[in-house]
Amino acid sequence: MAKTKVMLMQGNTAVVEGAIAAGVKFYGGYPITPSTEIAEGMAKRLPMVGGKFMQTEDEIAGLGTVIGASLGGLKAMTATSGPGFSLKQEMIGLACNAEVPCVIVDVQRVGPSTGQPTSPSQGDVMQTKWGTHGDHWVIVVSPSSVPECFTLTQRAVALAEKYRVPVIMLMDEIVGHMRERIELPVSYDDIPKVERKRPTCPPEEFLAYAADESKVPAMADFGSGYRWHVSGLVHDETGFPKGAGSATRESQDRLRGKIMAHRDDIIQVERYKLDDAEFAIIAFGGAARTAYDAIDMARARGLRVGMMRPITIWPFARHEVSDLAKSVKGILVHELNCGQYVISVKAAVEGRCPVHLYAKYDNESATPEDMLAEIERAMKEDGLL
Amino acid sequence: MRQTFRLGGTGGQGLITAGIILAEAALLDGYLAIQSQSYGPEARGGSSKAEVIISDEPIHFSRVTHPETLLVMSQEAADKFAHDCTAKSLVITDSLFVSNVAANGAKRIDLDITRTATRVCGKPLFANIVALGAVVGITHCVSEKALTQAVLDRVPKGTEDANKKALAAGFELAAKAGK
Repeated sequence: MAKTKVMLMQGNTAVVEGAIAAGVKFYGGYPITPSTEIAEGMAKRLPMVGGKFMQTEDEIAGLGTVIGASLGGLKAMTATSGPGFSLKQEMIGLACNAEVPCVIVDVQRVGPSTGQPTSPSQGDVMQTKWGTHGDHWVIVVSPSSVPECFTLTQRAVALAEKYRVPVIMLMDEIVGHMRERIELPVSYDDIPKVERKRPTCPPEEFLAYAADESKVPAMADFGSGYRWHVSGLVHDETGFPKGAGSATRESQDRLRGKIMAHRDDIIQVERYKLDDAEFAIIAFGGAARTAYDAIDMARARGLRVGMMRPITIWPFARHEVSDLAKSVKGILVHELNCGQYVISVKAAVEGRCPVHLYAKYDNESATPEDMLAEIERAMKEDGLL
Repeated sequence: MRQTFRLGGTGGQGLITAGIILAEAALLDGYLAIQSQSYGPEARGGSSKAEVIISDEPIHFSRVTHPETLLVMSQEAADKFAHDCTAKSLVITDSLFVSNVAANGAKRIDLDITRTATRVCGKPLFANIVALGAVVGITHCVSEKALTQAVLDRVPKGTEDANKKALAAGFELAAKAGK
């Protein structure tokens, strides 16, 4: 058993440690509340492991440098909050189309625009899916605790490398700023690092976007002797732009396929007290923390309530939600916005059971007492109480 | 065992640091702890609060509702952060800054925290550590040993002696209040 140390740590700091443990060697970004501790922490930690930190002139350049570092062969990440996440959208599209692995942490704040910088919100759910223009497929994950910030950042890096895709770590101020107990290995040397697939053919035979059955092409580090063209334009296997309709179709099919063919590897949900539940809460990130307590309070009153907590937000846990709708008689979606994730939940439930929304958007997380009242109200409506 | 704390004051008084130290002391004693905070966009000034939950069971919801112990070190914090106290709550005030607290019948103890810091350490800067000593001296939520260790782990080098004095002064304020 590796030696560990116990400490009190902030969620944002645990993201930093997760990134270092995963082998991230470059961070480019622009500090913004409530994500600033990630930039601060990376600035301190990266030089200790031979990495580089760059504070860029703006948010767009932050992700631009990350894409460049990744093309150079490094595991690279940035962090931001809503206003900066909006600015990064064009670069996210480039990373999608050019298939450049990168991790973007979005510690959400109340929006739109500069909104409420220090208050919790989950208003960026749909933006993580559809923020950049055009059909595109990214992976979005959301942690609910400080220890999970550490492990899920490692997973975000691994998924980005494995599938050559931007992975967005969707956080909120609750989890980003709270401090709780975490037990970390003293050394990260024994933590396995996931490496992107690199070409094994001679450089002259290299086709930058030729994929095997995994649908993920091998990626050559810039400067390693393999020459290839990186473009945001639709391209063929060579990486050079191609205007044919077939090129667009083939490209879109593969970019979608490389994610959806591996959905079982990508999608994770946590099930809490669902085995005998007749009513389920769906909540993620910091909002899920309220649900654990509300469920325990409901159970103390004899109500059979459980929770499905999506850890992977996108791609959507369609099968998991659909199966849940077959096993319970009602679902309550709780999110700290006016109702975003609930849209996809309703689509997956397809009317099998009622779907209620507990939307909260007043700068504060819901208390367990608030949520218990919502559970009882919804269960009454469904004739379960 | 489960205890909840809210520490409120003006940004710059060091109450978020105090909350972190209290939670770290709880971990040293083998408890679980969560610290959270809220503050405005200002770097200094404005009201800020830190909340701490100490428990021997897993803690999920991270905010404090109906604090068992509320420390207020400014009148504005007293006005803003006492609304959900109950008759079972304990409100500790810094008597230099706080006169009125509407805390729903909570028990109230006024302590001369900031003036004590200035008297003992020469600077009001140590008021947060004096306050921590007083809170722990009154509530016994963590051991004095763990609190001392947590303070020394967190404060800048060269300030250890002043911080130890501040803690001792806080324990003394608590002891006097208990009489």
